[in-house]
Order: sequence, then structure tokens, then C-alpha cells
Amino acid sequence: MNSLMIYLAIGVLLFVLGLLAVLTSKNLVKILMGVELILNGAGLNFVAFTRFVAGNLDGQLAALFIIVVAASEAAVALAIILNFYRQIRSIDVDLADSLRG
Amino acid sequence: MDPTPSLFAQILFVIAAVVTVVSAAIVVFSGRILHSAFALLFTFCGVAALYVFLFADFLAVTQILIYVGGILILIIFGLLLTQRVMDLRFIDQSHQRIGSVLLAAVFAAALIAVVVGTPWRIASQSDAPTVEIIGVSMLTQYLVPFEMASMLLLVALIGAVWLARPRRGYHE
Repeated sequence: MNSLMIYLAIGVLLFVLGLLAVLTSKNLVKILMGVELILNGAGLNFVAFTRFVAGNLDGQLAALFIIVVAASEAAVALAIILNFYRQIRSIDVDLADSLRG
Repeated sequence: MDPTPSLFAQILFVIAAVVTVVSAAIVVFSGRILHSAFALLFTFCGVAALYVFLFADFLAVTQILIYVGGILILIIFGLLLTQRVMDLRFIDQSHQRIGSVLLAAVFAAALIAVVVGTPWRIASQSDAPTVEIIGVSMLTQYLVPFEMASMLLLVALIGAVWLARPRRGYHE
């Protein structure tokens, strides 16, 4: 628990798992969950660096702003998902092709 | 900090790390979307526990308050509002598996190369409480980002309400 590497490894795992969720899922809500995993991995990295490398608390403030951005992103994304569902009666991303030529 | 943490703390740390990673894997690979949502709860709590081990006390509480209390509730609401309620399985078919796994592997390799290849300068670690320092720098050095964040939240919430309101045009 005293080593930077463990935290960075967990951050990498969270990022890669979130990326997999975003890429493979057809469900809009699950894509949103993947984005949240990615943001958590980034925040964990920031906090680990602020403890082991930086020597000040700038990384914790960055992680705090990440949480703020994640909250507003989730609110707007769910509003968009609700609208999408209301029009198409599904949240399958493959059905969002109205703009396809 | 105590150079050799107690066995109890080490066991707690291992539990937190394993819970975080395993539940994140369940989020991704579970076929049922509601199971993913509940596994996300354990991921968020595990990350909060890791923040505690990093001496980020304020951030750990904020993580639980906002992620578990706010974002996760929003996600579950969105899930239950957009699925047919009788179909409790909420199956999520995945697609384009091979390309996704390849791309994720490339990203993982690049990140691991950077993490292993960089000579990190380990600084001295302080165990002081962080709330006061964060509060002071929010109102001095980080005043502009702080105000921008409050504006962003206001705009995002008003925009979300405006987007999600029922309209007469196509509401069946």
C-alpha cells in the first residue's frame, strides 16, 4: 500500500475496463457507466501522483474537478438518453442512424 | 507515515483493491445491465477506500456523496426509465468484440510502458488533513476554476431539465 505502482496499476485497469465497456456495449446507459469507470481511473491516478510525486495537493483539486465534470456529464447524458428513448423506444446505439446518408 | 503499515491495514488495502478491480470487471462483462449498475456501486466505494489509503480524506467523502449518492442513482433511474419494466433481465448484447479488445490491449500496453518506463521522483509524504488546504486553495489559487465549475453545474442541470422535459409534439 506504500507504492505508487499499485495505484497506477489499478488506474490502468479501471481505464481499460471502461474503454472496453464503451467500445463493446450497445446499451447507452452501459456506455455511460464505462465513461464513469474511465473518469474514476483518471481521478485515482491524480490522487496517487499528488501523494507520491507532487508534494502538494494540486492533484486532489484536479480529481475534485473531475468529479464535478462527471456529475454534470451524467445529468446531461441521461437527459439525452431519455429523449432518445422517447423517440425510438429503445436505447440501442445502433438505432441512432437518422443522420446517415 | 508509518514505514511498515500494520497487517490489518494491509489486509484492508488488498480487499479494497480487489473489490475495485473485480467489480469493475463485473460492470463490463456482466450480461445483465442491472447487475452492472450494482457492481458500479462497489467500484465507487472501492475507489473511495483507496482515496482513504492515499490520505485524501475530503476526496473520499466527496466520492461517496457525489458518485454513490448522485451519479449512481441517476444511472439507475435512467436504466429503469428506459427499459421495459417487465423485462427484468435487461440483456445487453455486446458487439465488435475483437477490435475492441485489440484497441484496449494497445491502450493498456502504452499505459504500462509509460508507467514502467518513467523514473518517478518519489516526494516526501505528508499525512496532514487535507480539508483546510483544499478549502483555502479553492478560494485563492483555484478561484476561477471553482467559479467556472459552479457555472458549469448550473448550466448542465438547467440544460438537462430542459432536454428531458416532456414535449407535446411526439410524446405519444
